[in-house]
Amino acid sequence: MKIALTSLFVDDQRAALAFYTQVLGFTKRHDIPLGDNFWLTVVSPDSPDGPELLLEPSGHPAVKPYRDALAEDGIPLAQFTVDDIEAEHARLTGKGVVFTQPPTDIGTAVVAVFDDTCGNLIQLIEMKPAEKRTDAR
Amino acid sequence: MVDVFRALDDETRRLVLDELSARDGQTLFEICSVLTMRHGLSLTRQAISQHLGVLESAGLVDTERRGRSKFHYFNPEPLAEITGRWPTRKRTEQ
Repeated sequence: MKIALTSLFVDDQRAALAFYTQVLGFTKRHDIPLGDNFWLTVVSPDSPDGPELLLEPSGHPAVKPYRDALAEDGIPLAQFTVDDIEAEHARLTGKGVVFTQPPTDIGTAVVAVFDDTCGNLIQLIEMKPAEKRTDAR
Repeated sequence: MVDVFRALDDETRRLVLDELSARDGQTLFEICSVLTMRHGLSLTRQAISQHLGVLESAGLVDTERRGRSKFHYFNPEPLAEITGRWPTRKRTEQ
């Protein structure tokens, strides 16, 4: 079994595609009309055949209360791995992206959380090399 | 309303204040991850939320909504009650 696709609900699929490609830097993989919506997926440019992220319409009535409650507590709905989190934080902040949590050292990794402007909080993580990890547990 | 003495009588709540005074304005998610990863605490999110409620009730933590998230801030003002009650003064020789 493999994880080939995971999904996020987005308020507006066209705006989400723009944010996920032009701001974050992912590549569009599928964009297939499906009724009023689209089967819309993006992939990481360095693994075009890797896991796809489905940007799914958020019309279902359960989506809003679910996402509002998580956003209030600052809980991210997806996590992307980066090589240099400080550089990504600076790059994205420069493009107007709002972080609810700046890069924070949590011992084994450095994490940050930003608002994807489509209704979700997203965590970035840079794993630390083994020799630099400090683990409280 | 919780008094400041009771609010401080708990190691987890003191750690929350330590972390907020190191970096003010954190979400519940951030406080939970920092307590778990830096201090090895294995508390549930609900338990930490309750601790934050006690600190807020004592006036030691203020919350502010920004965008869609709620941020927690350390407010040291109630601590003045302690120094007001027991002011530090030089010991005078008898």
